Amino acid sequence: MKTHNSISRLELANITKQYPGCLANDNVSLILMPGEIHALLGENGAGKSTLVKTIYGVVAPDKGDIIWDGKEVSIKSPSMARDLGIGMVFQHFSLFETLTVSENIELCLSKHQLNKIGDLAARITQLSTEYGLNVDPSRYIHSLSIGERQRVEIMRCLVQSVKLLILDEPTSVLTPQEVAGLFDVLRTLSKEGCSILFISHKLHEVTEICHKATILRGGKVVDTCIPNEETPATIAKMMVGDLAEQEAGYTKAEGKTVVFSVNNLSLPSKQPFGTTLKNINLDLKAGEILGIAGVAGNGQDELMAIISGEDTRNVKQTISLNNLDIGHLHAGERRKLGMAYVPEERLGRGAVPDMSLTENTLLTHSEGFIKNGLVQWQSIKDYTKDLITKYKIKCHGEFSEAKSLSGGNLQKFIMGREIGQNPKILICAHPTWGVDVGAALAIHQALLQLRDKGAAILLISEDIDELFLLADRMAAVCNGHLSPLVKTEHTNIDQIGQWMAGTFINNTSAHTQEQEAKA
Amino acid sequence: MDSDLIVQILFAAVKTGTPLLFIALGEVICEKSGILNLGQEGMMLMGAVVGFLAAYSTGNMGFGVLAAMLMGSIMSLIFAVLVLQLGANQVATGLALTIFGTGLSAFVGAGFVGQTIQGFPPIAIPFLSDIPYIGRILFSHDILVYFSFGMTAVLFYVVNKTRIGLTLKAVGENPNAANAIGIPVLKVRYLAIMFGGAMAGISGAYMSLVYTPMWVENMTAGRGWIALALVVFASWRIGRIMLGAYLFGLASIMHLVLQGMGWSISPNLLAMLPYVATVIVMVIISADHFKEKLLAPRSLGKPFDPRNMA
Repeated sequence: MKTHNSISRLELANITKQYPGCLANDNVSLILMPGEIHALLGENGAGKSTLVKTIYGVVAPDKGDIIWDGKEVSIKSPSMARDLGIGMVFQHFSLFETLTVSENIELCLSKHQLNKIGDLAARITQLSTEYGLNVDPSRYIHSLSIGERQRVEIMRCLVQSVKLLILDEPTSVLTPQEVAGLFDVLRTLSKEGCSILFISHKLHEVTEICHKATILRGGKVVDTCIPNEETPATIAKMMVGDLAEQEAGYTKAEGKTVVFSVNNLSLPSKQPFGTTLKNINLDLKAGEILGIAGVAGNGQDELMAIISGEDTRNVKQTISLNNLDIGHLHAGERRKLGMAYVPEERLGRGAVPDMSLTENTLLTHSEGFIKNGLVQWQSIKDYTKDLITKYKIKCHGEFSEAKSLSGGNLQKFIMGREIGQNPKILICAHPTWGVDVGAALAIHQALLQLRDKGAAILLISEDIDELFLLADRMAAVCNGHLSPLVKTEHTNIDQIGQWMAGTFINNTSAHTQEQEAKA
Repeated sequence: MDSDLIVQILFAAVKTGTPLLFIALGEVICEKSGILNLGQEGMMLMGAVVGFLAAYSTGNMGFGVLAAMLMGSIMSLIFAVLVLQLGANQVATGLALTIFGTGLSAFVGAGFVGQTIQGFPPIAIPFLSDIPYIGRILFSHDILVYFSFGMTAVLFYVVNKTRIGLTLKAVGENPNAANAIGIPVLKVRYLAIMFGGAMAGISGAYMSLVYTPMWVENMTAGRGWIALALVVFASWRIGRIMLGAYLFGLASIMHLVLQGMGWSISPNLLAMLPYVATVIVMVIISADHFKEKLLAPRSLGKPFDPRNMA
């Protein structure tokens, strides 16, 4: 970091933004020096996203000043932000899948910038080698992996000679190896004097790469710190406010008999740009948690649809439950056999947006709450109220519409509802996605209790740390292939990370390995 | 069948396909921006009646065409305000626009039914029209046909080669992302919808000023709907729209051709050909659901409200 320059790159003074019913930013101030990598931390809803959108000109603040390179500015639009030298990599990428890399980048440039660059494709190739980004300008976005797409977004900023790069949870979609690559790029940029504002939930990353951190809670700045003088635990404490319970690790269990299996499953996706599943074999035992790691878009959605019964195109022998072939049964019939699901998409798949929580409970709990063909509304209401208390779901009440809940709270509701059915088999995607620390703990413990009662649980998640914490056996998916299944204590983050990148695919002895791992 | 007859049939196919070409070009631009406007038929009828009235009362054909384009744009502006500004459902609003246009055009044109005017005269383009066969099929038409050739070429260039085309595709694929990088999504969609309206207007004018130079109630006879199918048939590509328009044009005149050749099939059955062809084409294309999804603008028909982008 260059420290000789005394003029700050960006200074925010008392930024305030009020949304209906929520003060998103409350007098937030922050100073960012040239070349500084600055972490913006906080739980969901702490106001991080609103703050960076203010800097990028997407959101107009109600009050407060933005000082850029020593001059007060008012950033009215993203294009104005880009003209100043501010670039942003979004959490959900803002790329156009049917366009090529260079067309995507062109859309972000003004005519003036484009003329200055001249041959855009050549410039992309040049920057690509310079920073080790490995981006081919002529490829279509839909053919790129998530990691590659992120590099395109970064490239989009680099082409504009960016002075401040904002990254919104950049590592949540990457394999550990890709994260290391990203950090190399960020360090190079920082050395060249580019400031970086880094939003993350992963505290060990923050301590690894960031020079400074600002912690937000409820829209206010509650603390600042120098991350490499702290530990993830002390930072977590600042974020949550009170002493967060640390999850040190749980005892691993040994599964008993195989209750559920997927046999030789190969199937092309129903979606364009989807992933074809290739010869997937998987067995799930009673009393264990099986974790499947993988970067989003490597076949998880397709696998989930087939296991849940949304997609019944495959032959019935591919899926068996207690030696019963169920590949042809639809989702409702499978639920009757004791399966439960938490899909990735919470609104629309996990819950009906316009229905109340009570009604949403009824949707998957129909058996117990219907007597003589009549719905027992009172008991569903009571049951839903219990869920709300047990999982500390923030909502107006059991009558709230599902769409009115924040993502994390809806996730808690859906998890609670499915666990509450005491399923024999629970299939679960991203169990704590967007959920705060306290509620994640409650969900983890509920899952473990369910396991100890003898249920078989399949977790599909992008959060490797969580999988290592919970899973008894693990595997990874990459490009529609499933890696061998191994016991969690026989593997490590590095190996799973390599599997997520597909190193197991050409290994013809995968099956033998699996046998060894089981032994 | 002698070559002279074939040339005559193809000449007529181009002429019949021209109004389809105009309206489908407008609709494809509109759909590329992510907006599905089912009001084509209504806008076309209003264009036809207003174009006829303007040309009839002023005696100036060019004025009639301009008036029709303006009328089409105004109709589409109503649609745009309802859909973009007030967040109305695109399908319902489009259908309402068609019903509204059908009724209003009948009302406005009631006193003029049966009046005729002198249509645009054919102009043979020097040299080009002397090319054997091709010259007579393509280059012995009226000025609006040549305008449709030019319009196709310009749109092909704009959509495939320019920044404007890139912006249009970006808005239709992912309006949220387009908004995030600073593209004015609503403005692009307003312009695309109004361009679609103007094209529907000129398409209507072609019906009432050239094809059958008179005003008859409901004279477009479902061409607005055929154009919607044509856009899907052409998988949202400009070049294929031109080809498709002439194929549909050919299907529409087949009953005349077959009658001329002495086939004794009920003319009512044969007149169904273009509509049957439309249904068949839609079925064939939809059968490959995968492909349809790949080619269609990905946010087609989905509303976008920048105020929800917190």
